[in-house]
Amino acid sequence: MNSTSDEKAPRQPRSAAETQALVERSIGRRNRAEWRFRAYGMLAVTSGILFVIFLFGTIFSQGASVFRQSYVQLTVFLDPEVIDPAGTRLPDDLITADYQALVRESLKERFPEVEGRKNLRELYGIVSSAASMELQQAVIADPALLGQKRQFVVLADDVVDSLLKGRTMRDAPEEERRLSDQQIGWIDALQADGSLALRFNSSFFSNGDSRDPEQAGIRGAITGSLLTLLITLLLSFPMGVAAAVYLEEFAPRNRLTDIIEVNINNLAAVPSIVFGLLGLAVFIGFFGMPRSAPLVGGLVLTLLTLPTIIIASRAALKAVPPSIREAALGMGASPVQVVAHHVLPLAMPGMLTGTIIGMARALGESAPLLMIGMVAFIVDVPQGVFDSATALPVQVFLWSDLPERGFVERTSGAIIVLLLFLLVMNATAVILRNKFEKRW
Amino acid sequence: MTPSVLLLAIVAMSVMAFWIGKTRALSLVGGTRGIRSLHSLPGHYGFLTALWAGLPALLILIGWISFQDDIIVRLVSSHLPADVRALPEAQFGLVINDMRNVIAGNIPAAQVAPSTAAAAAEYLQLRSIARLALTALVFAIGIIAMLWVRGRITPELRARNSVERLVEALLFLASTVAVLTTVGIVLSVVFEAVRFFNIVPVTSFLFGLDWSPQMAIRADQVGSSGAFGAVPLFAGALLISAIAMFVAVPIGLFSAIYLAEYADYRVRKIVKPLLEVLAGVPTVVYGFFAVVTVGPALRAWGESAGLSVSGESALAAGLVMGIMIIPFVSSLADDMITAVPQSLRDGAYALGATRSETIKQVVLRAALPGIVGGVLLAVSRAIGETMIVVMAAGLSANLTANPFEAVTTVTVQIVTLLVGDQEFDSPKTLAAFALGLMLFIVTLILNVIALYVVRKYREQYE
Repeated sequence: MNSTSDEKAPRQPRSAAETQALVERSIGRRNRAEWRFRAYGMLAVTSGILFVIFLFGTIFSQGASVFRQSYVQLTVFLDPEVIDPAGTRLPDDLITADYQALVRESLKERFPEVEGRKNLRELYGIVSSAASMELQQAVIADPALLGQKRQFVVLADDVVDSLLKGRTMRDAPEEERRLSDQQIGWIDALQADGSLALRFNSSFFSNGDSRDPEQAGIRGAITGSLLTLLITLLLSFPMGVAAAVYLEEFAPRNRLTDIIEVNINNLAAVPSIVFGLLGLAVFIGFFGMPRSAPLVGGLVLTLLTLPTIIIASRAALKAVPPSIREAALGMGASPVQVVAHHVLPLAMPGMLTGTIIGMARALGESAPLLMIGMVAFIVDVPQGVFDSATALPVQVFLWSDLPERGFVERTSGAIIVLLLFLLVMNATAVILRNKFEKRW
Repeated sequence: MTPSVLLLAIVAMSVMAFWIGKTRALSLVGGTRGIRSLHSLPGHYGFLTALWAGLPALLILIGWISFQDDIIVRLVSSHLPADVRALPEAQFGLVINDMRNVIAGNIPAAQVAPSTAAAAAEYLQLRSIARLALTALVFAIGIIAMLWVRGRITPELRARNSVERLVEALLFLASTVAVLTTVGIVLSVVFEAVRFFNIVPVTSFLFGLDWSPQMAIRADQVGSSGAFGAVPLFAGALLISAIAMFVAVPIGLFSAIYLAEYADYRVRKIVKPLLEVLAGVPTVVYGFFAVVTVGPALRAWGESAGLSVSGESALAAGLVMGIMIIPFVSSLADDMITAVPQSLRDGAYALGATRSETIKQVVLRAALPGIVGGVLLAVSRAIGETMIVVMAAGLSANLTANPFEAVTTVTVQIVTLLVGDQEFDSPKTLAAFALGLMLFIVTLILNVIALYVVRKYREQYE
C-alpha cells in the first residue's frame, strides 16, 4: 500500500530497513492526505446540512408573516336606503346592493377632512375590496341588521399590509412606494386608535384563490389536495397491497411474473410528467373525464404511487418469517387463510408506512397535475371530486408566478402549510414503524 | 340513482348477500351444531354469495359509466338541427361545450342558442332514463346472482376453494395494473407521437437545431410554419443535469463516505435523516427557492463580477436541482459502500493502509459499479424533473453551453405546450407527446442500465 504511486522504477528487492525508511518518509504525506480526505467528507456533510437550513430558513423567514394580516375595524351604518330601497328584504335584492358605498361612507365619516375625488380614492384604497363581501354576507345572514350601526373587522388592502409588515419602507421617496404620504398619515391615525392592527390571518385558511394578495387563501387548494389524495388512497392502497401479496405469496416463478416485476421497478423511475401525459391522453382524451377534476388527479397519482406502495409492501411481506406461514399451514390453514389471518396482520405496519410515504409523495407532486389541467384560477372551494380544483403544490406554482410582492409571502405561507402536512405524514410513518414493526 | 349512490347500494347488497349465504349454509345443517358436516366455514358460503352478488354488478356499473356519456352525447348531437351538425369540428365542439355548461348549471339555459338548450334538456332526460335503467339492471343482476348462489349452496359445496380462487384472481388482476400502466403510457404517447410525425418528419424532429413551436393562426402570417427541432431542448436538459450532477455527485458521495466510514453511530443517526429531509421536499418548493432566492442572488453576483447572468439562467436551475439530488446520490452511495464486505477493508488495513487509502483504493473501487448505477439513476431523474426547470429555467430554446444563459428543456416545453387552452389536434400539442415519448425512452434506457448494474453489483456481495 505504501508504494502505489512511487513505484515507477523497475522493482529491486528492498531490505527491511529500506522499506522502513520509505514508510517513515511517506507517513507525514499520507497522514495529511488522510486528514484532507476526512475534511472533504465533513465539508460535504456540513454543506448538505447548510443547504437544508438555508432552504427552510428562507422559506420560513419569507412566509411566517402570512399568519398575521392587517385588519381594519370600521363602524358601518347599514343604511336601508342604500341596501334595500324597495324594502323587500329578499335575498336577491340584498345580494346585489352596493355595499362598497357603505364602506366608503364609513371611511369618509372616519376622516371627514378628506375632500376631492383623487384624495377620496386614495382613502378608499386603504380597505380591501373584500370588505363589501363581508358586509353582504353579514346582512344576508341576518337582514335584521339593516338600519343599525355595526362594527366590522375587514381586511385592509395589500399595500397597507405591506407597510405594517415592514415590506414597504416609510423613508423611501413617495414616488417609489405604492402608498402616498397622506395614506401613511391615515394609516398611522387608524393604528393609533387601535382600529388597524395585525391579527391572526383567518382568511388565509378560509378563502379560495384570488387576484388580490390580501384575499387569496389556500382553502380551495387544500380541499382539492385532500379530495385528490382521498381518491389516491382509496385506489392505491388496496391495489398496491393486493399486487404485493400476489407477487410475494402466490405468484409462480415464470416469465409473466418476471415481466411484472421488472415493470414495477421501471415504473418507479419514470418521470412524473409522463404519468401526466398518460392521464391527459387516457382519462381525459379517451374516457372523456372532466378536466381539472380531483378524480382524474387522484387516478393519475394512484398510478404514480402504486410502484412505491407495491415495493414497500413487498419488503414488509418479506420481513415476515417463513416459520409463521409454515406453522399456519401445519395447522391446516389454506394458503389464502395463511395470508389473510397471519401474514397480512404482521406485515400491515410496514405496508401502512409505505403507503403513508407514497401519499406524502403524491401530496407534493405537481407536474402531472399541470398536465391534466389542475392549474386553473379557481376561486370556489371544490365541493366534490368532479369539480374543477387545484392542489396545494400547484397553488404554490401559480402564486410564485405573480408579480405582486404580497404573493411572495402567500407562496411561502402555502409552502409552510404544505411542509407541515408532509412533516405530520412522515412523522406518523416513522412512529408507526418504530411502534409496531416487529423484528424476528 | 347517481353512480356513487349505486356504488354504495352494491356494497350494501354484498353485505346482505354475505349474511344470506351464511345463514343459508347454517340452516342447511341445522345451525351451529351441525357445522362439522359443512365442507367450508359458514363465512365462506357468505363470501361466495357476496362476491357473486357484488362483482358482476360492479363490472356492469363501471362499464356503463365509461360509455354512458359518450353514447348520450352522440344521440343528442344527432338530433341537433342540420345546420349545427354541419359546423366544422372545432365549432361543433364549442356547441357541445355550451351544452355541458348548461347541464352543469354554470350558465343559464337562456344564454345559449335555443337548439343547444333543447339539446341540454334532452341530455338531462336521456341521462335520467339511463340512470334508471342502470339502477334496475344492477339490482336485477345482483339479486339474481345472489339467489342463484343461494340455491346452489349445499353442505358439500366447496365454497372455500371457489372463494380462494376468486381472491387469487383478484390479486393477480391488481398486479397487472402496473403492466397496464406501462402499456397505457407507451400507447398514449406513441399514438399521438405518430400523428405528430405525420406532420413533422422524424429526422427534422430528432436532429433539427431550431425549436419554435409558435404556429400562426392564419397561414399567411409570419413564421406560420413553426420549427420542431428537439436538439436544443435535450441540450438544455443535459446542461442543467450536468450542473446538477456537478453539485450533487461530490457532495452526495463525500457525505456518504463520511457517514458510512468515519462518523460515529450517533452523528450518523442525526445527520442522515437530516440530509434525507431534502429528498422529501416537494420539487415545487425547490422551484420557488430557485426563482426567488438563487436566481436573483446569482444575477447580483454576476453583475458584481462583470458577467451577464440571465435572470432564468441554467445555473440557478442546475444548482437547485443539484441540491435536490444530493440525498438521492448519498443514500444510494451509502447503500453501496456499506454493502462492501468488511473483510476487504480488514485486508487493506492489514497491509498498512490508512483509512482514506482503504476507502479510495479498495472500498470505492469495489463499490464503483453500484455508485455509477446510482449516478445514472440520478441523471435520469434530473432529466425528467419538471417543476424546478418550469419555474427557474427559461422558455427560449438556446443551443448553448454557457451556464449563465437561459436554456429550455424537454419537460419545460411539454408543460408550456399543454398547459392552457389548446385544440387537441394541433402540431403544438402533438409535439408535447412526441417529446414525452423521447423523454420516456431516454429515462427508460438510463434506468434499465442503472438497475442492471446495481443488481449485478448487489449479487456480487450477497
